[in-house]
Amino acid sequence: MSHANLLTSSSPHVHDGASVDRVMQSVIWALMPASALSVMVFGLPALLVILITVASCMVTEQLFMLIRKRKTTLGDNSAALTGLLLALTLPPHSPWWVCVVGGVFAIGVGKQIYGGLGYNMFNPALISRVFLLISFPAELTTWPVPMPLFSDGAFSMSQAFAIIFSGEYPVNQALDAITMATPLGQYKMEVSMGKTVTDALGGDYGFSYINSMGGNLVGSIGETSAILLAAGGLWMIRKGIITWHIPGSMLLGTLVPALIFWAFDSSVYPDPLFHLVTGGLIIGAFFMATDMVTSPVTIKGQLIFGASCGLLTYIIRTWGGYPEGVSFAIVIMNTAVPLIDQYTRPTIYGQRPERT
Amino acid sequence: MGIVASVLKKFHGGVHPEEFKDLSEKCAIEPMPMPERLYVPLHQHIGSPCEPSINVGDMVFKGQTIGRPQGFVSAPVHAPTSGKVVEIRQHPVAHPSGLTMMVAVIEPDGKDTWHKDISGLEDPFKHEPAEIRERVRCGGIVGMGGATFPSFIKMSPPKDKVVELLIINGVECEPYLTCDARVMEEQTTEVIDGIKIMLHGLQTENCVIGIENNKPRAIEIMKAAVKDIPEIDIIALPVRYPQGGEKQLIEVVTGRQVPSGGLPIDVGVIVHNVATAVAIRDAVRFGHPLLARPVTVTGLGISRPANVQALFGTPVQEMIKHCGGLKNGTRKVLMGGPMMGVAIGTLDVPVVKGTSGILCMTSNETTDKPEQACIRCGRCLQACPVSLMPTEMAWLSRHEELDKLQEYNLFDCIECGSCSYVCPSNIPLVHYFRFGKMAIQTADKEKKRGEIAKQRAKAKDAREEKVKAEREARKAAMKAKMAAKRKAAAAAKGEKPATEKESAPAAGGNDKAAKAARAAKAAKAARAAKAAKAAKAGGGTKDAAGDGDDKAAKAARAAKAAKAAKAAKAARAAKAAKAARADGGTKDAAGDGDDKAAKAARAAKAAKAAKAARAAKAAKAAKAAKEAKADGDSQ
Ligand code: SF4
Ligand code: SF4
Repeated sequence: MSHANLLTSSSPHVHDGASVDRVMQSVIWALMPASALSVMVFGLPALLVILITVASCMVTEQLFMLIRKRKTTLGDNSAALTGLLLALTLPPHSPWWVCVVGGVFAIGVGKQIYGGLGYNMFNPALISRVFLLISFPAELTTWPVPMPLFSDGAFSMSQAFAIIFSGEYPVNQALDAITMATPLGQYKMEVSMGKTVTDALGGDYGFSYINSMGGNLVGSIGETSAILLAAGGLWMIRKGIITWHIPGSMLLGTLVPALIFWAFDSSVYPDPLFHLVTGGLIIGAFFMATDMVTSPVTIKGQLIFGASCGLLTYIIRTWGGYPEGVSFAIVIMNTAVPLIDQYTRPTIYGQRPERT
Repeated sequence: MGIVASVLKKFHGGVHPEEFKDLSEKCAIEPMPMPERLYVPLHQHIGSPCEPSINVGDMVFKGQTIGRPQGFVSAPVHAPTSGKVVEIRQHPVAHPSGLTMMVAVIEPDGKDTWHKDISGLEDPFKHEPAEIRERVRCGGIVGMGGATFPSFIKMSPPKDKVVELLIINGVECEPYLTCDARVMEEQTTEVIDGIKIMLHGLQTENCVIGIENNKPRAIEIMKAAVKDIPEIDIIALPVRYPQGGEKQLIEVVTGRQVPSGGLPIDVGVIVHNVATAVAIRDAVRFGHPLLARPVTVTGLGISRPANVQALFGTPVQEMIKHCGGLKNGTRKVLMGGPMMGVAIGTLDVPVVKGTSGILCMTSNETTDKPEQACIRCGRCLQACPVSLMPTEMAWLSRHEELDKLQEYNLFDCIECGSCSYVCPSNIPLVHYFRFGKMAIQTADKEKKRGEIAKQRAKAKDAREEKVKAEREARKAAMKAKMAAKRKAAAAAKGEKPATEKESAPAAGGNDKAAKAARAAKAAKAARAAKAAKAAKAGGGTKDAAGDGDDKAAKAARAAKAAKAAKAAKAARAAKAAKAARADGGTKDAAGDGDDKAAKAARAAKAAKAAKAARAAKAAKAAKAAKEAKADGDSQ
């Protein structure tokens, strides 16, 4: 008796239920608390930046699928995630066209021309950010001070639209009056001019760890709360979405040299905690460097990759031309991934040198 | 027990799929009514298939050999009951690629009469280990955990290897399956008796039984049973798939890893399944060959999950019927567990020695999601018990990078399915690996075939070359003969040959003629001369000699060994002939010359036989030819 309706696919016949869309969705969830806090801190303009960037990424993705006559891939959530990640690297008042260009570049050049998800060499969000930074340095380094929702000077929705779409600010809040250097930028500029770390960050600038960790920090949207970002990252580790290897080694890769140089001369080199809570180190370590497609698959490789990202970050921050080095560090290391994987193949069962 | 690690080791990777053991774990192993027909495959093991030893129409008895093993790695197949062989034909079997196989179709007579020659060993421990092994071999016993490797081979470790430990595999790490657990619970004494017999057969005293923690009753019962048996220990293991994999189990218990490409015995261990232990006992004590096995019939798609003692050859259809039939919504029927089992497309497939379960899965249990691109998440690497790189291997398989695949140790993959199980992109990794393995094996076979063909072509070329050369040599010899005749005639006329040595009186003219004839014979013997000119040189014209030289030199240049040999032969023979003529003044010398020619001919033949004449010889040939020329010149 023949049963034509019996499936005869290959073993195994059960699956643990993991799927790409769920993995991506989990990462998005992990970013939600920090994103919400950013919107709280920077107000509605930041929300617009996030929405425009995400939409731009998703539209680009869909267009590519239409051109290539494929089924839509929006369901795998990866375009949305790329959009969110990219938005979080942008200044809170980024003009709409920066968001759109960034989104198109991230998906188009960063991902689809390689063949889509899984084939891209660079982290799409980061390669796009690097592209934007080089192409539009002014827009990418204009850092407005936090203007929390519901605070006195908070922007209304129409004001937010005006800021993002036409660059117009309310009369009493001229753009140059409400911008500030990021802590890393401040440090770099002032220390290079001969000031000590304490002088550079203290005084008028008034840097405070407590404020920074709570989210009251000048910088890109996603740099606001080190604590919430780290919490999201740890949650992903617990859920098994990522492993500790890349974030752990990347943080150490920055913090260990930071500690050494700080111990060596604390007037020129800020302490490790400063490196940890300012800039994009945490979001980079937990959410950018861990992008699966563009990081090594072997555990050893992940450790090498993470540590190298961290070290490069420290080098760029300390001696490079830019105040922040996370994006550059990760993008540079992305290119080394195939090589790292090749040279860190695990020793297979039965080939380990046997002790006798 | 020194070899057993004091702390349980872990094997790399592994997964923990939902167990579903509760469906059937409380069901005692039950007998089944005799099916109307048994479809007994003649190949139920790893290794070469059996030859049928019965004919259509034969009456067979229970336990009678119906399939004779072919080759070393093979196991005989027996009639599971008495009855009539009604057909021997191809029939679908459980195989990933849906193969058919030779089966003997037996119509049971219902009497279940044992074959008369069945007899056991009353006290196995009084017999030599060799006798135990022989019984295991004749019993057709194979590993019943699913690998179906003939058990007697594992019972015969090579002389230079010491068996330090026997591990009994009661892990049953595949989800759903419960027949091994039931065997341990219900046939405890049989298992232990079987182990003792194996220990005797292996001449070792250490045994551990590994059982996963999800079988607490089996652990408890077995522990109680071995309380007073110091040789046997029970080890309870944390649940992790594929812990029942031979190599994984060895690592967990001993901390040792079987070398890649090696066997457990290389680390002093032998592993047998619990059901195999019982089968070995039956074969040794009672002479009962392996005819039936416990099979777990389970899954959400079966009406009444059960553990059933099934005769080999019982169609799956019958088993399902015995268990109340399939429920609506059954999408897949597997032979084996959900991780490594084979999905069957027809329920005609018979139960065989390696069938541990019949799993009827509904769409709730089994997924069939479309494959997506690999996102390089690395989960497969973390899950692989062999520490392979499944993502790379899948990519290489898809692109048929066969050499690279082997570099990535494809053949160390045990096809456990852990990687596919965790892959978020639903990539059928194991399927790719099977494909890759097959592609490599096919390529190897083709390569071998190609090499054989190449060798054949070469041999043919050489043969043709030889024939051609011989033909030319014959021609050359003819010419030489003619030339010699002419000379002989000249000699007979008393003309003085141009040799200083020639000082024989006219009366010797006849002798001379005879000698010349002999020389001619020698030249003929030198039939080698494809370098026909060399022979011509023997004929005494300067040009010809020069020509011969050229030919020989050319031959020397030509790498073709046969040709070179031929040239050498020709040249040497020509030289010998010349020598004979040159020394023609005295009989002895002439005789000598003749000998030389004969020798040369022989040597030439030898060279030809060797067929391997190298370029060096060609050079020699050239030299010889030159000498021949010199001789010719001097004439
Ligand atoms: S099927 Fe092969 S590659 Fe996949 S986990 Fe098992 S051993 Fe590793
Ligand atoms: S588990 Fe699947 S998606 Fe992840 S790396 Fe392996 S093959 Fe790729």
